[in-house]
Amino acid sequence: MDLRTRKLFDRSLTGVSVMAVALMALALAILLAPIVARGLGAFFFRATSEFRRFNLEQFDRGDPRAVAAETRAVAAARRPVYDMLAAFEDELAELDTSRRPALRKQLREVKEGLVELLGPPPGEIAAVMLRQQYGQTRWDRARGKLAGILFAVKWDYSDPSRMGRKVLVPRRSAFAGTRLEPLFPYLERNLKAMLRPRPVFYWRFLADRSLDSHFFGGIWPEILGTVYLTLGAMLLAIPFGVIAAVYLSEFAAAGRVVSLLRVCISTLAGVPSIVFGLFGLAFFINTLHLSRSKSVLAGSATLALLILPTIIRASEEALKAVPRSYKEAALSLGASPLRMVLTVLLPAALPGILTGIIISMGRAAGETAPIIFTAAVSVGQPLKLWETLSQPTPALPWNIYNLATEHQAVDEIRHVQFGMVLTLVLLVLLLNLAAILIRARISKKMRG
Amino acid sequence: MTQIPIANPSLEATAAAGAAHVNCQEFSFYYGDNQAVTDVTLDFPSFQVTAIIGPSGCGKSTLLRSINRMNDLIPGRRTTGRLVFDGQDVYGPRLDVVALRRRIGMVFQKPNPFPKSIFNNIAYGRRLYDSLERRELQAVVETSLQRAGLWEEVKDRLDDNALSLSGGQQQRLCIARALAVDPEVLLMDEPTSALDPRATARVEDLIAELRGRYTIIIVTHNMQQAARVSDHTAFLYEGNLVEYGPTARMFTQPREKRTEDYMTGRFG
Repeated sequence: MDLRTRKLFDRSLTGVSVMAVALMALALAILLAPIVARGLGAFFFRATSEFRRFNLEQFDRGDPRAVAAETRAVAAARRPVYDMLAAFEDELAELDTSRRPALRKQLREVKEGLVELLGPPPGEIAAVMLRQQYGQTRWDRARGKLAGILFAVKWDYSDPSRMGRKVLVPRRSAFAGTRLEPLFPYLERNLKAMLRPRPVFYWRFLADRSLDSHFFGGIWPEILGTVYLTLGAMLLAIPFGVIAAVYLSEFAAAGRVVSLLRVCISTLAGVPSIVFGLFGLAFFINTLHLSRSKSVLAGSATLALLILPTIIRASEEALKAVPRSYKEAALSLGASPLRMVLTVLLPAALPGILTGIIISMGRAAGETAPIIFTAAVSVGQPLKLWETLSQPTPALPWNIYNLATEHQAVDEIRHVQFGMVLTLVLLVLLLNLAAILIRARISKKMRG
Repeated sequence: MTQIPIANPSLEATAAAGAAHVNCQEFSFYYGDNQAVTDVTLDFPSFQVTAIIGPSGCGKSTLLRSINRMNDLIPGRRTTGRLVFDGQDVYGPRLDVVALRRRIGMVFQKPNPFPKSIFNNIAYGRRLYDSLERRELQAVVETSLQRAGLWEEVKDRLDDNALSLSGGQQQRLCIARALAVDPEVLLMDEPTSALDPRATARVEDLIAELRGRYTIIIVTHNMQQAARVSDHTAFLYEGNLVEYGPTARMFTQPREKRTEDYMTGRFG
């Protein structure tokens, strides 16, 4: 090969590598951009007067007098709505009987829509569910609810060869000629006056407990649960993992048993996480009775098992990479093997061991399957430290899945789902960043 | 060979009078089936410098490492004969290896300071068996560094990482570290092979200064070095001890043909 072709090959290799990196960065950006954009919606949004009333009544936050004044003002703006409803109900008895059933149905839908949008009508006894006591707290949701009142959804099945099509029919036309007809333009024009949206930065999304299964409030129980589970798993896995690695790399005589042990550890790393979850349920809860039912302890133990192989393998590699001359120097000075391990080997291998710990920490924080059967519940209160021994907890990865699939009103709490995703991503990033900084400091200290 | 040190007669007398500290009696060492050292019988005189020379692979390092049992790490090692230190069989069943290594210090081929501060490097060995107060420990560190001729160079930077020192300084640091535990014997396994000539000269001067205070056994493939620093020389070839005697005599009138051939560069 002559020099020119070799140079060409070299350059094209560089080009391909740069392109691969660029593609990966692009993919990451495409993945992360919507997560960040929509996740931020949980923190930055236009909050309505209902949000401020809710905060005052449920969390005891805000200026009571200002909220009371605002409540009076929005009540005045809403009065025509309820007046029109009352007038129409009187009118309904006089209307043509053939129109009545259809209008009754539509009226019921409008009233339900108004409860969701503005909260219960004045004078009504407070309902049990919080979501029936307050209107929409977020302006974007309020706009959606308004559309539900202005338009009725019909399904068009006229073409049998196709799936049903959604058709929006303005309700105004159904109520044409009645006293309710002006309600719809009134709502459309005066929604701002009825809800008074104002931009807020709701940072307490991270610190508030959730109320009425995530209709209101924040995700503190989930964050705390994730932190408990992750730290618990690390607390259990690090000592066992590092000790096992020290044994394997330093003390175990090479032989069939040890190589079998290594194969077992590698296999363990490949076991699907849901199997770990089932094992955790069968072993920690049903056999060992660590707790009566799901608990943070059982979940942490299961996660610890899951990340143990990673920690063992990474630590073993790190220990093996420590120059033999360090060990010899320590031994020649009269250190016992144990002292040598504690004073020379482990400190020198620490950056590598920390790398393994970082990787597995991110994994433990994000795993869903192992905690389904052992620790996670969909709704719960923030736990005290001692309660982790016996109580289950909500946790970010499980609740993201749960809220996106199992929740009764998936669409209503999209902002919570994306807020949770963003929080989990940032939490893992933060944990990793902290560990990377610690590792960098240690290895810098060792290099001199 | 400009200056061949003549063994000090008074020191020779001490060595002859006291029991030899380290002494091999028909000592053999095997790696599995491979015999690395064969039936070596040798007295290492106390408070003197003994050099072990010989071509690569002749078993000189193995013999040296047998003395403080650094070869323990190798699986399948086996010994026959006796290797006696202070009246105790080094390979006897009741020997405490940790105590043995505390009394027999070692300096390795490549400088191997720990990735810790200079102070902690020197204090490491002492801390293993002594819980000294900070001030006492400082005294130990200072004395050791002074003995190794490094104190003036590092006294202002004891908290710096030892790896920031030059190669020659690192090797003297390793010597100081070995001295800090007050050993009786100092084993040196080609201590200057990784150093430049000037650093080598510093280490050789240091060996000369330490002579008389410690029993020093040095393995070297550099014959001039053996001639410069040692009182006695042992020539090992293919695991066998070919000749052993005062360095001055060995280098001027070798009795064995093989010794002469090796020293004049005809093989090795």
